Amino acid sequence: MNILALPFLFLAGSAIAIAEPSPARQKELVHLVRQDCGSCHGMTLQGGLGPALLPATLAGKPVEGLVATIIGGRPGTPMPPWHRFLAEDEAQWIVMKLMAGFPQ
Amino acid sequence: MKAIANTLLAGLLVILLGACGSVPLRGTGDLGLVIERASGHVTLVNTSTRSAYGRIGGLGDLSHASVVYSRDARYAFIFGRDGGLSKIDLLEGRIVKRVIQSGNAIGGSISQDGRIVVAQNYSPGGIKAFDSETLELLSEVPAEFEPGRYSKVVGLADVPGNKFAYALFDGGEIWISDFSDPKRPLTTRYPAGLQPYDGLITPDGRHYLAGLFGEDGIALIDLWQPEKGARKILENYGRGEEKLPVFKMPHLRGWSVAAGRAWLPAIGRHEVLVADASTWKETGRVAVKGQPVFVMASPDGRQIWVNFAFPDNGWVQVIDTLSGKIVQTLAPGRAVLHMEFTPRGEAVWLSARDDNRVVIYDTKTFAKLGSLAADAPSGIFFSSRAARIGF
Ligand code: HEC
Repeated sequence: MNILALPFLFLAGSAIAIAEPSPARQKELVHLVRQDCGSCHGMTLQGGLGPALLPATLAGKPVEGLVATIIGGRPGTPMPPWHRFLAEDEAQWIVMKLMAGFPQ
Repeated sequence: MKAIANTLLAGLLVILLGACGSVPLRGTGDLGLVIERASGHVTLVNTSTRSAYGRIGGLGDLSHASVVYSRDARYAFIFGRDGGLSKIDLLEGRIVKRVIQSGNAIGGSISQDGRIVVAQNYSPGGIKAFDSETLELLSEVPAEFEPGRYSKVVGLADVPGNKFAYALFDGGEIWISDFSDPKRPLTTRYPAGLQPYDGLITPDGRHYLAGLFGEDGIALIDLWQPEKGARKILENYGRGEEKLPVFKMPHLRGWSVAAGRAWLPAIGRHEVLVADASTWKETGRVAVKGQPVFVMASPDGRQIWVNFAFPDNGWVQVIDTLSGKIVQTLAPGRAVLHMEFTPRGEAVWLSARDDNRVVIYDTKTFAKLGSLAADAPSGIFFSSRAARIGF
Protein backbone atom coordinates (compact mmCIF):
# COMPACT_ATOMS: atom_id res chain seq x y z
CA MET A 1 0.00 0.00 0.00
CA ASN A 2 1.32 3.33 -1.05
CA ILE A 3 1.81 5.69 1.88
CA LEU A 4 0.72 8.70 -0.13
CA ALA A 5 -2.42 6.94 -1.11
CA LEU A 6 -3.68 6.32 2.39
CA PRO A 7 -5.04 9.78 3.18
CA PHE A 8 -7.07 9.78 -0.02
CA LEU A 9 -8.61 6.46 0.78
CA PHE A 10 -9.61 7.73 4.17
CA LEU A 11 -10.87 10.95 2.66
CA ALA A 12 -13.06 9.00 0.35
CA GLY A 13 -14.47 7.29 3.41
CA SER A 14 -13.30 3.87 2.36
CA ALA A 15 -10.45 2.61 4.47
CA ILE A 16 -10.56 -0.78 2.77
CA ALA A 17 -7.07 -1.71 1.71
CA ILE A 18 -7.06 -2.09 -2.06
CA ALA A 19 -4.85 -4.66 -3.66
CA GLU A 20 -1.82 -2.92 -5.10
CA PRO A 21 -1.35 -4.05 -8.73
CA SER A 22 1.72 -6.21 -9.34
CA PRO A 23 4.82 -4.34 -10.50
CA ALA A 24 4.35 -5.68 -14.03
CA ARG A 25 0.73 -4.57 -14.08
CA GLN A 26 1.69 -1.18 -12.66
CA LYS A 27 4.01 -0.73 -15.59
CA GLU A 28 1.19 -1.54 -17.99
CA LEU A 29 -1.15 0.87 -16.22
CA VAL A 30 1.39 3.69 -16.38
CA HIS A 31 1.83 3.02 -20.09
CA LEU A 32 -1.94 2.97 -20.62
CA VAL A 33 -2.46 6.25 -18.81
CA ARG A 34 0.42 8.09 -20.46
CA GLN A 35 -0.25 6.78 -23.97
CA ASP A 36 -3.91 5.94 -24.31
CA CYS A 37 -5.52 8.22 -21.76
CA GLY A 38 -2.91 10.66 -23.01
CA SER A 39 -4.52 10.80 -26.44
CA CYS A 40 -7.23 12.95 -24.85
CA HIS A 41 -5.65 14.16 -21.58
CA GLY A 42 -2.17 14.75 -23.03
CA MET A 43 0.85 12.54 -22.47
CA THR A 44 1.99 14.90 -19.74
CA LEU A 45 -1.62 14.87 -18.44
CA GLN A 46 -1.86 18.62 -18.80
CA GLY A 47 -5.09 18.35 -20.71
CA GLY A 48 -6.26 18.18 -24.28
CA LEU A 49 -9.78 17.37 -25.38
CA GLY A 50 -10.15 16.06 -21.82
CA PRO A 51 -9.21 18.11 -18.75
CA ALA A 52 -5.79 18.07 -17.06
CA LEU A 53 -5.30 15.16 -14.66
CA LEU A 54 -2.65 16.78 -12.47
CA PRO A 55 -2.50 16.82 -8.66
CA ALA A 56 -3.48 20.50 -8.63
CA THR A 57 -6.51 20.03 -10.88
CA LEU A 58 -7.74 16.90 -9.10
CA ALA A 59 -7.12 18.16 -5.56
CA GLY A 60 -10.24 18.12 -3.44
CA LYS A 61 -12.27 15.99 -5.88
CA PRO A 62 -13.75 12.85 -4.33
CA VAL A 63 -11.71 9.78 -5.24
CA GLU A 64 -14.80 7.66 -5.68
CA GLY A 65 -16.27 10.03 -8.22
CA LEU A 66 -13.08 9.99 -10.27
CA VAL A 67 -12.89 6.19 -10.08
CA ALA A 68 -16.52 6.00 -11.21
CA THR A 69 -15.69 8.34 -14.12
CA ILE A 70 -12.86 6.07 -15.24
CA ILE A 71 -14.82 2.86 -14.88
CA GLY A 72 -18.14 4.10 -16.25
CA GLY A 73 -17.14 7.03 -18.44
CA ARG A 74 -19.20 10.23 -18.64
CA PRO A 75 -22.08 9.86 -21.05
CA GLY A 76 -22.54 12.86 -23.32
CA THR A 77 -18.82 13.63 -23.21
CA PRO A 78 -15.90 11.92 -24.99
CA MET A 79 -14.79 10.26 -21.72
CA PRO A 80 -15.33 6.55 -22.45
CA PRO A 81 -15.89 3.76 -19.89
CA TRP A 82 -12.78 1.69 -19.18
CA HIS A 83 -14.33 -1.22 -17.24
CA ARG A 84 -13.40 -3.67 -20.00
CA PHE A 85 -9.74 -2.95 -19.40
CA LEU A 86 -9.49 -1.80 -15.80
CA ALA A 87 -10.66 -3.39 -12.57
CA GLU A 88 -12.02 -1.00 -9.97
CA ASP A 89 -8.91 -1.51 -7.81
CA GLU A 90 -6.74 -0.55 -10.75
CA ALA A 91 -8.78 2.56 -11.48
CA GLN A 92 -8.43 3.50 -7.82
CA TRP A 93 -4.68 2.98 -7.99
CA ILE A 94 -4.58 5.21 -11.09
CA VAL A 95 -6.58 7.96 -9.36
CA MET A 96 -4.33 7.88 -6.32
CA LYS A 97 -1.24 8.05 -8.49
CA LEU A 98 -2.76 10.90 -10.52
CA MET A 99 -3.50 12.83 -7.34
CA ALA A 100 0.00 12.29 -6.02
CA GLY A 101 1.81 13.02 -9.30
CA PHE A 102 1.76 10.33 -11.94
CA PRO A 103 4.91 8.23 -12.50
CA GLN A 104 6.75 8.54 -15.84
CA MET B 1 27.34 23.64 -38.31
CA LYS B 2 26.83 23.81 -34.55
CA ALA B 3 23.19 22.84 -34.80
CA ILE B 4 23.97 19.87 -36.98
CA ALA B 5 26.60 18.68 -34.54
CA ASN B 6 23.82 18.73 -31.99
CA THR B 7 21.73 16.26 -33.85
CA LEU B 8 22.22 12.71 -32.81
CA LEU B 9 22.70 11.32 -36.24
CA ALA B 10 25.06 14.02 -37.25
CA GLY B 11 27.37 11.47 -38.82
CA LEU B 12 24.71 10.22 -41.17
CA LEU B 13 23.71 13.72 -42.06
CA VAL B 14 27.26 14.64 -42.89
CA ILE B 15 27.46 11.68 -45.24
CA LEU B 16 24.31 12.92 -46.89
CA LEU B 17 25.64 16.42 -47.15
CA GLY B 18 28.81 15.16 -48.71
CA ALA B 19 31.02 17.73 -47.06
CA CYS B 20 30.57 19.43 -43.75
CA GLY B 21 29.66 23.08 -44.03
CA SER B 22 27.74 23.02 -47.27
CA VAL B 23 24.12 22.29 -47.94
CA PRO B 24 23.83 19.88 -50.84
CA LEU B 25 22.12 20.88 -54.02
CA ARG B 26 19.09 18.70 -53.74
CA GLY B 27 15.33 19.02 -53.59
CA THR B 28 13.18 18.07 -50.63
CA GLY B 29 10.37 16.30 -52.49
CA ASP B 30 11.24 12.88 -51.11
CA LEU B 31 11.97 13.99 -47.55
CA GLY B 32 9.83 14.08 -44.46
CA LEU B 33 9.86 13.54 -40.75
CA VAL B 34 8.59 11.21 -38.08
CA ILE B 35 7.44 12.51 -34.70
CA GLU B 36 8.87 10.62 -31.73
CA ARG B 37 6.25 11.59 -29.27
CA ALA B 38 7.71 10.44 -25.99
CA SER B 39 11.10 12.05 -26.24
CA GLY B 40 10.45 15.31 -28.07
CA HIS B 41 12.49 14.32 -31.11
CA VAL B 42 11.83 14.10 -34.81
CA THR B 43 13.62 11.73 -37.14
CA LEU B 44 14.24 13.08 -40.62
CA VAL B 45 13.58 10.55 -43.35
CA ASN B 46 14.13 10.01 -47.05
CA THR B 47 11.38 8.11 -48.84
CA SER B 48 13.56 7.22 -51.84
CA THR B 49 16.22 5.45 -49.82
CA ARG B 50 13.69 4.46 -47.14
CA SER B 51 16.04 5.55 -44.42
CA ALA B 52 16.59 8.12 -41.69
CA TYR B 53 19.15 10.84 -42.29
CA GLY B 54 18.94 12.92 -39.16
CA ARG B 55 17.36 13.39 -35.78
CA ILE B 56 16.49 16.60 -33.95
CA GLY B 57 15.69 16.93 -30.24
CA GLY B 58 14.56 19.66 -27.89
CA LEU B 59 11.10 19.99 -29.36
CA GLY B 60 9.06 19.71 -26.16
CA ASP B 61 5.89 17.64 -25.72
CA LEU B 62 5.17 16.13 -29.11
CA SER B 63 2.19 13.98 -28.21
CA HIS B 64 -0.41 14.71 -30.86
CA ALA B 65 2.09 16.89 -32.71
CA SER B 66 1.34 17.78 -36.31
CA VAL B 67 3.34 19.29 -39.11
CA VAL B 68 2.82 21.52 -42.13
CA TYR B 69 5.36 22.49 -44.76
CA SER B 70 6.47 25.77 -46.26
CA ARG B 71 5.51 26.17 -49.91
CA ASP B 72 9.09 25.48 -51.01
CA ALA B 73 8.83 22.24 -49.01
CA ARG B 74 12.12 22.95 -47.27
CA TYR B 75 10.83 23.94 -43.85
CA ALA B 76 8.59 21.96 -41.55
CA PHE B 77 6.47 23.74 -38.95
CA ILE B 78 5.85 21.48 -35.98
CA PHE B 79 2.98 22.21 -33.62
CA GLY B 80 3.58 20.55 -30.25
CA ARG B 81 1.07 19.75 -27.57
CA ASP B 82 2.75 22.15 -25.17
CA GLY B 83 2.13 25.08 -27.52
CA GLY B 84 5.61 24.97 -29.02
CA LEU B 85 5.87 25.99 -32.68
CA SER B 86 9.17 24.94 -34.24
CA LYS B 87 10.45 25.63 -37.72
CA ILE B 88 12.82 22.98 -39.01
CA ASP B 89 15.10 23.04 -42.02
CA LEU B 90 14.93 19.64 -43.70
CA LEU B 91 18.17 20.21 -45.59
CA GLU B 92 20.35 21.48 -42.79
CA GLY B 93 18.63 19.22 -40.31
CA ARG B 94 18.22 21.84 -37.62
CA ILE B 95 15.75 23.99 -35.76
CA VAL B 96 15.64 27.40 -37.41
CA LYS B 97 13.28 29.01 -34.94
CA ARG B 98 11.13 27.95 -32.03
CA VAL B 99 8.46 29.84 -30.06
CA ILE B 100 6.03 28.82 -27.33
CA GLN B 101 2.81 30.21 -28.68
CA SER B 102 0.19 28.92 -26.24
CA GLY B 103 -0.39 26.61 -23.33
CA ASN B 104 -1.98 23.73 -25.16
CA ALA B 105 -2.05 23.34 -28.92
CA ILE B 106 -3.52 20.75 -31.23
CA GLY B 107 -2.22 21.50 -34.70
CA GLY B 108 -1.88 24.07 -37.39
CA SER B 109 -2.05 24.99 -41.03
CA ILE B 110 -0.37 27.23 -43.59
CA SER B 111 -1.96 29.82 -45.86
CA GLN B 112 -2.41 29.53 -49.61
CA ASP B 113 0.37 32.06 -50.24
CA GLY B 114 2.63 30.36 -47.70
CA ARG B 115 3.15 33.51 -45.66
CA ILE B 116 0.99 32.76 -42.63
CA VAL B 117 1.24 29.80 -40.30
CA VAL B 118 -1.77 29.39 -38.06
CA ALA B 119 -1.89 27.36 -34.85
CA GLN B 120 -5.10 26.03 -33.31
CA ASN B 121 -5.24 25.94 -29.55
CA TYR B 122 -7.21 24.20 -26.87
CA SER B 123 -6.30 26.59 -24.11
CA PRO B 124 -6.72 29.41 -24.34
CA GLY B 125 -9.06 28.34 -27.13
CA GLY B 126 -8.58 30.08 -30.43
CA ILE B 127 -6.22 30.42 -33.36
CA LYS B 128 -3.03 32.44 -33.72
CA ALA B 129 -1.40 33.58 -36.94
CA PHE B 130 2.37 33.83 -37.35
CA ASP B 131 4.66 35.12 -40.04
CA SER B 132 6.04 31.94 -41.62
CA GLU B 133 9.43 33.58 -42.14
CA THR B 134 10.04 34.89 -38.63
CA LEU B 135 7.35 33.17 -36.51
CA GLU B 136 6.33 36.59 -35.26
CA LEU B 137 2.76 36.79 -34.01
CA LEU B 138 0.55 38.61 -36.53
CA SER B 139 -2.89 38.31 -35.00
CA GLU B 140 -5.18 36.01 -33.10
CA VAL B 141 -8.83 35.03 -33.05
CA PRO B 142 -9.99 33.93 -29.59
CA ALA B 143 -12.71 31.29 -29.83
CA GLU B 144 -15.07 33.21 -27.57
CA PHE B 145 -18.39 31.79 -28.69
CA GLU B 146 -20.37 33.39 -25.89
CA PRO B 147 -19.26 36.29 -23.73
CA GLY B 148 -16.56 34.91 -21.44
CA ARG B 149 -16.76 31.34 -22.84
CA TYR B 150 -13.89 30.03 -24.94
CA SER B 151 -13.98 26.85 -26.99
CA LYS B 152 -11.33 24.32 -27.83
CA VAL B 153 -10.55 24.67 -31.52
CA VAL B 154 -10.34 21.61 -33.80
CA GLY B 155 -10.16 20.83 -37.48
CA LEU B 156 -8.15 23.81 -38.70
CA ALA B 157 -7.66 23.74 -42.47
CA ASP B 158 -6.44 26.30 -44.98
CA VAL B 159 -8.98 27.59 -47.47
CA PRO B 160 -8.06 29.24 -50.78
CA GLY B 161 -7.91 33.01 -50.43
CA ASN B 162 -5.72 33.03 -47.31
CA LYS B 163 -8.65 31.89 -45.22
CA PHE B 164 -8.79 29.22 -42.58
CA ALA B 165 -11.76 27.11 -41.53
CA TYR B 166 -12.00 25.49 -38.10
CA ALA B 167 -14.56 24.17 -35.67
CA LEU B 168 -15.36 24.91 -32.05
CA PHE B 169 -15.76 21.75 -29.98
CA ASP B 170 -17.51 23.50 -27.10
CA GLY B 171 -19.21 26.16 -29.21
CA GLY B 172 -20.72 23.84 -31.84
CA GLU B 173 -19.81 26.21 -34.67
CA ILE B 174 -17.62 26.39 -37.74
CA TRP B 175 -15.65 29.60 -38.10
CA ILE B 176 -13.96 30.91 -41.22
CA SER B 177 -11.33 33.58 -40.72
CA ASP B 178 -10.10 35.61 -43.66
CA PHE B 179 -6.48 36.67 -43.29
CA SER B 180 -6.30 38.77 -46.47
CA ASP B 181 -5.05 41.42 -44.07
CA PRO B 182 -2.97 39.18 -41.78
CA LYS B 183 -3.13 41.62 -38.89
CA ARG B 184 -6.87 42.11 -39.09
CA PRO B 185 -8.60 38.80 -39.72
CA LEU B 186 -12.32 38.84 -40.45
CA THR B 187 -14.29 35.94 -39.02
CA THR B 188 -17.66 34.53 -40.08
CA ARG B 189 -19.48 32.06 -37.82
CA TYR B 190 -21.74 29.18 -38.85
CA PRO B 191 -23.79 26.96 -36.51
CA ALA B 192 -22.59 23.38 -37.08
CA GLY B 193 -23.92 20.89 -34.52
CA LEU B 194 -22.98 19.21 -31.28
CA GLN B 195 -19.30 18.85 -30.39
CA PRO B 196 -17.39 18.98 -33.67
CA TYR B 197 -14.24 16.91 -33.04
CA ASP B 198 -12.24 17.49 -36.23
CA GLY B 199 -12.59 18.87 -39.74
CA LEU B 200 -11.30 18.57 -43.26
CA ILE B 201 -11.33 20.36 -46.53
CA THR B 202 -11.81 18.47 -49.78
CA PRO B 203 -8.72 18.38 -52.02
CA ASP B 204 -10.22 20.98 -54.37
CA GLY B 205 -10.71 23.38 -51.48
CA ARG B 206 -14.45 23.60 -52.04
CA HIS B 207 -16.09 21.82 -49.11
CA TYR B 208 -15.34 21.95 -45.39
CA LEU B 209 -16.62 19.05 -43.32
CA ALA B 210 -16.71 18.90 -39.54
CA GLY B 211 -17.29 15.53 -37.88
CA LEU B 212 -19.66 15.69 -34.92
CA PHE B 213 -19.15 13.75 -31.72
CA GLY B 214 -22.33 14.80 -29.95
CA GLU B 215 -24.71 13.74 -32.71
CA ASP B 216 -24.77 11.41 -35.70
CA GLY B 217 -23.79 13.38 -38.74
CA ILE B 218 -21.26 15.62 -40.35
CA ALA B 219 -21.57 19.37 -40.87
CA LEU B 220 -20.77 20.54 -44.40
CA ILE B 221 -20.11 24.00 -45.81
CA ASP B 222 -19.79 24.74 -49.51
CA LEU B 223 -16.97 27.29 -49.42
CA TRP B 224 -17.90 28.50 -52.88
CA GLN B 225 -21.28 29.52 -51.45
CA PRO B 226 -20.65 30.00 -47.75
CA GLU B 227 -23.67 32.27 -47.43
CA LYS B 228 -25.79 29.12 -47.62
CA GLY B 229 -24.36 28.09 -44.25
CA ALA B 230 -23.60 24.64 -42.87
CA ARG B 231 -25.86 21.70 -43.51
CA LYS B 232 -25.79 18.21 -42.13
CA ILE B 233 -24.94 15.10 -44.10
CA LEU B 234 -24.98 11.43 -43.11
CA GLU B 235 -27.53 12.37 -40.48
CA ASN B 236 -28.69 9.68 -38.11
CA TYR B 237 -26.12 7.19 -39.40
CA GLY B 238 -26.28 5.46 -36.02
CA ARG B 239 -29.98 4.74 -36.59
CA GLY B 240 -30.61 5.38 -32.90
CA GLU B 241 -28.58 2.36 -31.87
CA GLU B 242 -26.39 2.60 -28.81
CA LYS B 243 -22.91 3.85 -29.57
CA LEU B 244 -19.82 1.79 -28.89
CA PRO B 245 -17.26 3.52 -26.68
CA VAL B 246 -14.69 5.63 -28.51
CA PHE B 247 -11.26 5.21 -26.90
CA LYS B 248 -9.59 7.60 -29.27
CA MET B 249 -11.02 10.41 -31.35
CA PRO B 250 -10.92 9.89 -35.10
CA HIS B 251 -8.96 12.31 -37.26
CA LEU B 252 -10.17 13.91 -40.46
CA ARG B 253 -8.02 15.38 -43.21
CA GLY B 254 -8.38 16.14 -46.88
CA TRP B 255 -7.30 12.70 -48.00
CA SER B 256 -10.77 11.28 -47.34
CA VAL B 257 -12.03 11.87 -50.85
CA ALA B 258 -11.36 9.16 -53.44
CA ALA B 259 -13.11 7.79 -56.49
CA GLY B 260 -15.78 10.50 -56.31
CA ARG B 261 -16.77 9.60 -52.80
CA ALA B 262 -15.92 10.72 -49.26
CA TRP B 263 -14.77 7.99 -46.85
CA LEU B 264 -15.33 8.99 -43.28
CA PRO B 265 -14.99 7.38 -39.86
CA ALA B 266 -18.24 6.74 -38.00
CA ILE B 267 -18.25 7.66 -34.31
CA GLY B 268 -19.17 4.84 -31.95
CA ARG B 269 -19.62 2.36 -34.79
CA HIS B 270 -17.03 0.12 -36.35
CA GLU B 271 -17.75 1.43 -39.81
CA VAL B 272 -16.38 3.65 -42.53
CA LEU B 273 -19.20 5.78 -43.96
CA VAL B 274 -19.23 6.45 -47.68
CA ALA B 275 -20.93 9.46 -49.26
CA ASP B 276 -21.14 10.65 -52.86
CA ALA B 277 -18.86 13.70 -53.04
CA SER B 278 -21.25 15.68 -55.24
CA THR B 279 -24.65 14.94 -53.73
CA TRP B 280 -23.26 14.13 -50.24
CA LYS B 281 -25.81 11.31 -49.92
CA GLU B 282 -24.76 8.11 -48.22
CA THR B 283 -23.81 5.47 -50.78
CA GLY B 284 -22.62 2.73 -48.46
CA ARG B 285 -20.70 1.65 -45.41
CA VAL B 286 -17.81 -0.67 -44.83
CA ALA B 287 -17.69 -2.75 -41.65
CA VAL B 288 -14.19 -2.63 -40.18
CA LYS B 289 -12.30 -4.09 -37.23
CA GLY B 290 -12.68 -1.26 -34.75
CA GLN B 291 -13.32 2.43 -34.24
CA PRO B 292 -11.60 4.02 -37.27
CA VAL B 293 -9.12 6.79 -36.47
CA PHE B 294 -7.47 7.67 -39.80
CA VAL B 295 -9.32 6.86 -43.02
CA MET B 296 -6.82 7.79 -45.72
CA ALA B 297 -7.05 7.54 -49.47
CA SER B 298 -3.94 6.66 -51.44
CA PRO B 299 -2.85 9.48 -53.77
CA ASP B 300 -4.51 7.77 -56.76
CA GLY B 301 -7.69 7.17 -54.79
CA ARG B 302 -7.74 3.46 -55.46
CA GLN B 303 -7.25 2.40 -51.84
CA ILE B 304 -8.40 3.55 -48.44
CA TRP B 305 -6.20 2.61 -45.50
CA VAL B 306 -7.81 2.57 -42.07
CA ASN B 307 -6.27 2.35 -38.61
CA PHE B 308 -8.12 2.01 -35.33
CA ALA B 309 -8.55 3.26 -31.78
CA PHE B 310 -7.44 1.31 -28.72
CA PRO B 311 -7.82 -1.67 -28.24
CA ASP B 312 -7.84 -2.52 -31.98
CA ASN B 313 -4.84 -0.36 -32.78
CA GLY B 314 -2.68 -3.27 -33.89
CA TRP B 315 -4.70 -3.65 -37.10
CA VAL B 316 -4.79 -1.82 -40.37
CA GLN B 317 -7.35 -2.54 -43.08
CA VAL B 318 -7.33 -1.62 -46.75
CA ILE B 319 -10.52 -0.92 -48.70
CA ASP B 320 -10.55 -1.12 -52.48
CA THR B 321 -12.53 1.91 -53.63
CA LEU B 322 -13.78 0.23 -56.79
CA SER B 323 -15.46 -2.70 -55.07
CA GLY B 324 -15.97 -0.96 -51.71
CA LYS B 325 -14.64 -4.11 -50.03
CA ILE B 326 -11.80 -4.78 -47.63
CA VAL B 327 -9.00 -6.37 -49.60
CA GLN B 328 -6.33 -6.64 -46.93
CA THR B 329 -6.01 -6.81 -43.16
CA LEU B 330 -2.52 -6.21 -41.79
CA ALA B 331 -0.93 -6.37 -38.35
CA PRO B 332 2.01 -3.98 -38.82
CA GLY B 333 2.87 -3.74 -35.12
CA ARG B 334 1.63 -2.63 -31.72
CA ALA B 335 -0.28 0.65 -31.48
CA VAL B 336 -0.33 1.83 -35.10
CA LEU B 337 -0.91 5.57 -34.69
CA HIS B 338 -0.46 7.03 -38.12
CA MET B 339 0.09 6.34 -41.82
CA GLU B 340 1.55 8.40 -44.64
CA PHE B 341 1.72 7.63 -48.34
CA THR B 342 4.79 8.44 -50.39
CA PRO B 343 4.01 11.29 -52.78
CA ARG B 344 2.63 9.06 -55.54
CA GLY B 345 1.57 6.24 -53.30
CA GLU B 346 3.72 3.26 -54.21
CA ALA B 347 4.44 2.78 -50.52
CA VAL B 348 2.90 3.64 -47.20
CA TRP B 349 4.76 4.28 -43.95
CA LEU B 350 3.09 3.32 -40.67
CA SER B 351 4.16 4.13 -37.13
CA ALA B 352 3.95 1.32 -34.56
CA ARG B 353 4.34 3.25 -31.32
CA ASP B 354 4.73 0.37 -28.90
CA ASP B 355 7.20 -1.46 -31.13
CA ASN B 356 9.31 1.70 -31.54
CA ARG B 357 9.25 1.18 -35.31
CA VAL B 358 8.13 2.74 -38.52
CA VAL B 359 7.10 0.02 -40.96
CA ILE B 360 6.94 0.47 -44.73
CA TYR B 361 4.56 -1.46 -46.99
CA ASP B 362 4.23 -1.78 -50.73
CA THR B 363 0.68 -0.64 -51.55
CA LYS B 364 0.38 -2.97 -54.54
CA THR B 365 1.66 -6.26 -53.14
CA PHE B 366 1.22 -5.44 -49.41
CA ALA B 367 4.74 -6.78 -48.92
CA LYS B 368 6.76 -5.26 -46.12
CA LEU B 369 9.51 -3.19 -47.69
CA GLY B 370 11.44 -2.28 -44.59
CA SER B 371 11.37 -0.67 -41.21
CA LEU B 372 13.11 2.06 -39.24
CA ALA B 373 13.74 2.39 -35.52
CA ALA B 374 12.05 5.37 -33.84
CA ASP B 375 11.26 6.16 -30.21
CA ALA B 376 7.47 5.79 -29.78
CA PRO B 377 6.71 7.15 -33.26
CA SER B 378 3.40 8.89 -33.88
CA GLY B 379 2.81 11.22 -36.82
CA ILE B 380 4.63 10.75 -40.13
CA PHE B 381 4.67 13.80 -42.39
CA PHE B 382 6.15 13.94 -45.88
CA SER B 383 7.03 17.19 -47.64
CA SER B 384 4.51 16.44 -50.41
CA ARG B 385 1.96 17.98 -48.03
CA ALA B 386 3.45 21.36 -48.96
CA ALA B 387 1.45 21.55 -52.17
CA ARG B 388 -1.89 20.37 -50.83
CA ILE B 389 -4.90 22.53 -50.05
CA GLY B 390 -6.24 22.01 -46.55
CA PHE B 391 -2.95 21.35 -44.76
C1 HEC C 1 -11.54 9.89 -26.05
C2 HEC C 1 -11.04 10.88 -25.10
C3 HEC C 1 -10.69 10.42 -23.69
C4 HEC C 1 -9.92 9.35 -23.34
C5 HEC C 1 -9.19 8.36 -24.24
C6 HEC C 1 -9.87 9.37 -21.89
N1 HEC C 1 -10.57 10.43 -21.41
FE1 HEC C 1 -10.82 10.91 -19.43
N2 HEC C 1 -12.04 12.46 -19.97
C7 HEC C 1 -12.29 12.85 -21.26
C8 HEC C 1 -13.14 14.03 -21.23
C9 HEC C 1 -13.64 14.81 -22.43
C10 HEC C 1 -13.40 14.31 -19.86
C11 HEC C 1 -14.25 15.44 -19.30
C12 HEC C 1 -15.67 14.98 -19.22
C13 HEC C 1 -16.60 16.10 -18.79
O1 HEC C 1 -16.76 17.03 -19.59
O2 HEC C 1 -17.13 16.00 -17.68
C14 HEC C 1 -12.68 13.30 -19.10
C15 HEC C 1 -12.68 13.22 -17.71
C16 HEC C 1 -11.87 12.38 -16.98
C17 HEC C 1 -11.74 12.41 -15.54
C18 HEC C 1 -12.47 13.34 -14.60
C19 HEC C 1 -11.63 14.56 -14.38
C20 HEC C 1 -12.25 15.56 -13.46
O3 HEC C 1 -11.54 16.53 -13.14
O4 HEC C 1 -13.42 15.43 -13.11
C21 HEC C 1 -10.83 11.45 -15.20
C22 HEC C 1 -10.33 11.12 -13.80
C23 HEC C 1 -10.41 10.83 -16.42
N3 HEC C 1 -11.05 11.41 -17.48
C24 HEC C 1 -9.48 9.82 -16.47
C25 HEC C 1 -9.15 9.12 -17.65
C26 HEC C 1 -8.31 7.96 -17.67
C27 HEC C 1 -7.61 7.36 -16.45
C28 HEC C 1 -8.26 7.56 -18.95
C29 HEC C 1 -7.56 6.33 -19.52
C30 HEC C 1 -7.77 5.07 -18.86
C31 HEC C 1 -9.04 8.49 -19.75
N4 HEC C 1 -9.57 9.43 -18.91
C32 HEC C 1 -9.17 8.45 -21.13
C33 HEC C 1 -11.83 12.25 -22.41
C34 HEC C 1 -11.08 11.10 -22.48
